[in-house]
Amino acid sequence: MGEISIETRRGIRCRVRESGEGEPLLYLHGLAGLLPEEPLLDRLSTRYRVLAPVWPGFGEEGGEDRLEDMGDFTLHGWDVLEALELERPHLVGHSLGGMIAAEMAAVNSAGLGRLALLAPLGLWMDEHPIPDIFGVTPMKVPGLLFDDAQQGQMLLSGGLDFSDNQALTDFMVANARRLGTAGKILFPIPNRRLSKRLYRLTAPTLLVWGALDRLLPAEYAARWRELVPQAQLTEVEGAAHMLPLEQPEAVAKALQDFLG
Amino acid sequence: MKFTWFNLMPWPHLPDDFRRDYRSVWVDLPSELYDPQKGNRVYNEYMDQLEYADSLGFDGIGVNEHHQNGYGLMPSPNIIAAGLARRTSRAAICVIGNSIALYNPPIRVAEEFAMLDVISGGRLVAGFPVGSPMDTNFCYGQIPALTRDKYYEAHELIMRAWQDPEPFAFDGKYNQLRYVNCWPRPIQKPHPPIYIPGGGSIETWDWCAQLDYNYSYLSFNGYIAGKALMDGYWERVAALAPDESPYRGAFAQIICVAETDQQAEELYAEHMLYFYNRCLHVYPGFSDPPGYRTIKTIQAGKLDQLRAESQKVFTELTWKDLIEGGYVIAGSPETVRERCEHMIKTLHIGHVFGLFHMGDMPDWKVRHSSRLFAERVLPQLRDVWGDWKDDDRWWIKPYDERVRPEESFPGGPRDARAHRAAPEAE
Repeated sequence: MGEISIETRRGIRCRVRESGEGEPLLYLHGLAGLLPEEPLLDRLSTRYRVLAPVWPGFGEEGGEDRLEDMGDFTLHGWDVLEALELERPHLVGHSLGGMIAAEMAAVNSAGLGRLALLAPLGLWMDEHPIPDIFGVTPMKVPGLLFDDAQQGQMLLSGGLDFSDNQALTDFMVANARRLGTAGKILFPIPNRRLSKRLYRLTAPTLLVWGALDRLLPAEYAARWRELVPQAQLTEVEGAAHMLPLEQPEAVAKALQDFLG
Repeated sequence: MKFTWFNLMPWPHLPDDFRRDYRSVWVDLPSELYDPQKGNRVYNEYMDQLEYADSLGFDGIGVNEHHQNGYGLMPSPNIIAAGLARRTSRAAICVIGNSIALYNPPIRVAEEFAMLDVISGGRLVAGFPVGSPMDTNFCYGQIPALTRDKYYEAHELIMRAWQDPEPFAFDGKYNQLRYVNCWPRPIQKPHPPIYIPGGGSIETWDWCAQLDYNYSYLSFNGYIAGKALMDGYWERVAALAPDESPYRGAFAQIICVAETDQQAEELYAEHMLYFYNRCLHVYPGFSDPPGYRTIKTIQAGKLDQLRAESQKVFTELTWKDLIEGGYVIAGSPETVRERCEHMIKTLHIGHVFGLFHMGDMPDWKVRHSSRLFAERVLPQLRDVWGDWKDDDRWWIKPYDERVRPEESFPGGPRDARAHRAAPEAE
């Protein structure tokens, strides 16, 4: 797996993880960013040319100050796709990345191959309020996202020693940058009126949902299917919201079955 | 020295087991704990106390803004200030302040503050806090990472609205207004004194120093813990401002005065413990949403320590801890004078926001303590800063011919004069 550096037309520098050969597949990561080990991407790269950009605010490169609202986020997705010179790639997005991917598809489905959304954010149902990920201490986040909170803690922190003050400060800075950036489209309610644009999402679409997702319960999957009638839904057993980390094998299989 | 008498306006009827049974005094505390009929007495008693402080000779009377908060019942401090403006005519009315990022559009603050300045005859001190995460983000839904940017824009709009001679168009990121034209205008020129209450964000220090605004450090950790942060501010003042006038700085301190130290404990201990053990019980998940604090402030790391300590310590504090740690300055007039002087000198401040009502203190104790301070402590501290005696750059400039509304009454002399002057009806 290699890493390349691009600069978008807006002038934001981004690192992009690249691996595998085959049809191009652009992968937009979720709330945790790209972790050192991404088992789903390893599996997908056996069949596709996988390109996984690090979103501004989620890596060492800056640029997040220039993304202020949903429009900026959506266009940044397209800017990356263009900077990588991809022709109608498949687009796969998880959680936060799923929300951005759906917005990108609503702008221009014709510029994409197939679309897969893994537990995408972006909708709100009054009768099923989503837990407030910004209103918990960082230590409680893994329990919201993973079925196994302890495993989640390990994955998100990289086994960091929180009694080390410098390590803790670094973690707090990284966390503030990641979730601070995500908050621009998710706080206080993760609804930037995507539902009213989804009529334009015409790409063939797959929804993949963790059966144990505590952040986005199954009602949200059903709501997505109402709004995107052509979408198929695959449920993954033994996974919560972080399904690409929790059940990479099953998610990879669902994606391969759909993308071909 | 200037002394402002401050009331946070806490709810004094939180249950004994509040800390055990509820997760937070702020944001999501159940509304069933509020009783509007009791509230009628609470608000009026608190406003009476502020008026009493004016009559005692305090330089200012102070109010602030909180939302969905069991220790701060002023979602709109301007309403309280309007009442005070009509019932006093001497003390500064310190609104510390309006969270300007929360007003849409913030021209509303320019207008209401101008109204207060005009009604009070030029006695308004205008505070512009960025606002706590609890108020700003969790209660009022502002996006954490954009809050500060929105705040700066609101500040620019208000200051221009007060000072630009002509109507102007404002093409902001968060506010677009084709015709900005503030009616009325403040009496104080070019504008009322600006106070920036901070909790320790280091960007705010530079901003205050550069714009010549007063920086007010509001915390409940007391003057000993406050020293590190005030030192940080004064370092930036030394680097950026033309002088180091103590009037550039203010500090909020809880103060209780009795005849003796022993009597202070007997009179006030239970109410201070009510405040520290119930009122500061804030759910930690609400204190620091990612994006609210800047990276620079997190890296400076000063707040982290304060926050972590405050959460731990406040459950176990005793009266002795409160006194020795400087959270509360309490005792005989001589003890309080000595400690206040130490605070004023070590923090290098020209303004003290004295918190004389705390927790569930009954009215008579509040008045007793305030009166002892005004009569036997304040005069001793008046001239601590002899070198800066005439420095009134951060204080009100009231209009000499102002109306003194508390001396009139509806249908009274002024109204009668107005009627006599009116032309006869045809």
